[in-house]
Parts: sequence; C-alpha cells; structure tokens
Amino acid sequence: MSSSTQSISHNYFLSSVVKKQIMAVTGLLLCGFLLGHLAGNTLIIISPDAFNQYGHALVSNKPLLYTAEAGLIVLFLVHLTMAAKLTVENNTARPEKYYIKQKTGRGSTFASSTMPYTGMIILIFLVTHLINFKYGTVYMTTINGVEMRDLYKTVMEFFAQPIGAAWYAFAMVAMAIHVSHGFWSAFHSIGIFHNRYTPLLRKAGIAYAILVGAGFASLALYGYIQGVQA
Amino acid sequence: MSDSNNMTLNLKIWRQSTTKDKGQIVDYILEGVSPDMSFLEMIDMLNEQLVAKNDDPIAFDHDCREGICGMCSMMINGQAHGPEKATTTCQLHMRSFKDGDTIVIEPWRARAFPVLKDLMVDRSAFDRIIEAGGFVNVNTGNAGDANEILIPKEAADLAMDAAACIGCGACVASCKNASAMLFVSAKISQLALLPQGEVEADQRALSMVEKMDELGFGNCTNEAECEASCPKDISISNIARMNRGFLKAAITSKTK
Repeated sequence: MSSSTQSISHNYFLSSVVKKQIMAVTGLLLCGFLLGHLAGNTLIIISPDAFNQYGHALVSNKPLLYTAEAGLIVLFLVHLTMAAKLTVENNTARPEKYYIKQKTGRGSTFASSTMPYTGMIILIFLVTHLINFKYGTVYMTTINGVEMRDLYKTVMEFFAQPIGAAWYAFAMVAMAIHVSHGFWSAFHSIGIFHNRYTPLLRKAGIAYAILVGAGFASLALYGYIQGVQA
Repeated sequence: MSDSNNMTLNLKIWRQSTTKDKGQIVDYILEGVSPDMSFLEMIDMLNEQLVAKNDDPIAFDHDCREGICGMCSMMINGQAHGPEKATTTCQLHMRSFKDGDTIVIEPWRARAFPVLKDLMVDRSAFDRIIEAGGFVNVNTGNAGDANEILIPKEAADLAMDAAACIGCGACVASCKNASAMLFVSAKISQLALLPQGEVEADQRALSMVEKMDELGFGNCTNEAECEASCPKDISISNIARMNRGFLKAAITSKTK
C-alpha cells in the first residue's frame, strides 16, 4: 500500500472493529458466568443446606474467591466502559436526527435496538443484587457442626416480598433480551459467519437467553411461592 | 395525460439552502401523479411546477436512473430508498403509494455526510475511505491467458456479490449508529477474496477501517438494518469477514 498510509501511527486496538470485539469477548465470558451462577443457584430448590454449603464452599476458598471476583469486576467494567464509549460515539455519528425513521422490519429486532437500555437495567440490578444478597442481612446456621452463613434465609426473605421477586424477575427478562442479541452478535463481531451455522447460532442465543432468563426468574417465583406458603 | 389512476400526494420535503442553514420540512401538494412514474420523475414533476412559479427547485442527487450508479439517496417515509426491498429510489415507482398518501422525504443523515442542499448530501467520505486502500496496488503485469490464475467459483461469486455495492450510502443512512461498516466491508471483501487483491488484504483492512473511524462514522451493533435497506442486497457476512480480517491484520501487522 502507499507509503503515506504506513507512516500514520496506528492504534488498531482502539479501532471500531476491535472495540466491538472487546465487547464480544467480555460479553461471552459473562454469558459463561451466568450459566455457572444459575447452576449453583438451582441448589436453592434442592435444599437449603445444599445451597448454604455451596455458598460456604465458595467463600471459604479465598484465593479462588478473590481471583473470580477480580476477574468478574474487570469483565463488567471493561464491558460497561466500552459500551458507554461506543454508545456516545454512535450518538455523535448522527447529530441531526431524522424527522421520521422507520425500521425495515427485515433487520433490527426489539432486542438489538434496546441493548443500551437492557444493559442499564442489568447494571442497576447488579448493584441492588449485591446490596440485597452479598451485603444483605447476615443470618448464621450450623450444618454438620460447621457454622456458616444462612444465605438461603436472606434470599428467601427477599423473594417473599412481591416487589423483590418482581424486580428480580423483571431484571432477568431484561437480561434474557440483552443476551438474545448479544450472544450471536458477539460471534459476528469476532468474525464468525457461516451460512449454515450462523442461523443456528442465532437460535442457540435465543435458547440460551430463555434458559438463563427463565431459570433465574423461576427461582424468584419459587422463593415467592415458598414465602406465601410459609 | 389525465388518468383515473392518477394520485394526489401530500409531500413533506426537507428544504435546506446550504450546509450551515438550519433546514426544515416544507409541505407540498402534488396532483396528477401517475402510478407509472418513478419516484424521481415525481420529484421532477414537482420541480417543474416550482420553477414555473419562480420557486427554488428541490435539489436531489441522481444520475443513471437505472439503479446502478448509486447517486440517488433519499429517506422516504423514514426508510432509505423507500419501502421496497433491494430497490434504489430511481427504481421505486409511484405504484408503491396510494392516492392521498403523505410521503416524508429527507436527506441521508450522518455526521460524515453533511447536507449540501435540500436532499443532496456530500458522500465524499466514501471516496476518502476508498483512497485509503480500496484498490490493488501491486503490479499485475500484462493481461495473461484466460484462466491462468485459478479462482474457485465460490470465491468469485462472493467477490462479485460484494462488488455489487454501488456506494449509495443507504447502509449509513439506515443504521441507527450511522456506521459505514457494510460499505467498507464490501469494498474490502471484493478485493480480499480474489488472488490479486489478497496480497494487500491486511494493510487494506487496517487503512480503510482507520479512515472510516477518523471520518466519524458510528460503530456496528449487528442489527442488519443496513443489509435490509441495501438496494444491492449486500450481506452483513462481509462485516464478519472484515472483522476477522482486521483482527488478523492488527495482530500480525508489520507496520507500527
């Protein structure tokens, strides 16, 4: 290519393409975290002791806990700051809005066009989630002679309130909508496209979204029903 | 030329005298529009009436009127090139509308496409991107024998599909982020898929994306409104190809 283009000092890792790829990789890793988190949470249904022992095992292994927490904080912060940067750039790319704008109906979906909004709901949820549970009321219990936090009680107390269960379920629906576009979109940003497998990937994204959305929301519903019965 | 099928239309058209002018929507009523007219012929008809009244005619881009030059560029009722799939404004006919319809006509809107006058925008940002690397610069020598360079049918088809891009800018106009990634990826793909263009594919991807970013286009959010409104049906699979090509080039780049 011409020598003039080579003399420009390049910063490829802040280019539009790589910024999207950073969103994609952090997003996919967070999708993986959601699956693990959901798998652990389903112990709530199995038994209070199983759930509490699982929680106790997680917080007892300090090196693992701090590494995982640090990793998650980095993933969230990178995903979040990149999203904010991209959204600001996208808004400034069209300073004057259209008098009317209509979608073709052949491209954009509800999920794809609401990514910044569903993302904001997830962010607010995340803060309230940590306040309610991790930093929520601490009860203690003893299982097999080991004293540990009764996280089950904290969680079930929260879900027993209609507003608590409803907010949790609402946020999980927002998250499902977010990942239903984010999942396949991440693969596309990394550069994966295949005539046969990309449509399957889109379906897999929707299946994944339903699994985690309905999975988490059903736990809130379970907790609410338990609360009503108690 | 009166015909019972003729329509009366309420037109709301963006009027802006210069780039710096604020601009506004102006209402026009146009009678006797034949369903057989093209959309541009309908505006020609309105312009003739404006000229006859000593008014300033509506400025709009057009050239071949055969759907291949990429000059016509209008948002029609909020959609780039109007409601029909894979159709340029010049190939859109008034039979797509009904008597009494209100039609809103606006220019493309993007920071990188400033309005020059009325419905005309400056799309030279696309030229700047092509100048950054959208060409083959290696010496390919004299014309060789036919089929001397073997090209798989699939690669030739994909390259041809990408090369169908007429650079009209509908992708930018329809994208909610005013991203030019469909255009840029088509231009990168049409060369990268063929042996002569593949040689410089890495540097081309880096230079063209860098220029695209510098010109102030937005970022892709994989919504595919670009593909849906593209008059040439350019696939967003080109964007995926550009994404992986760019990443590979950025990692293995020999330039600083």
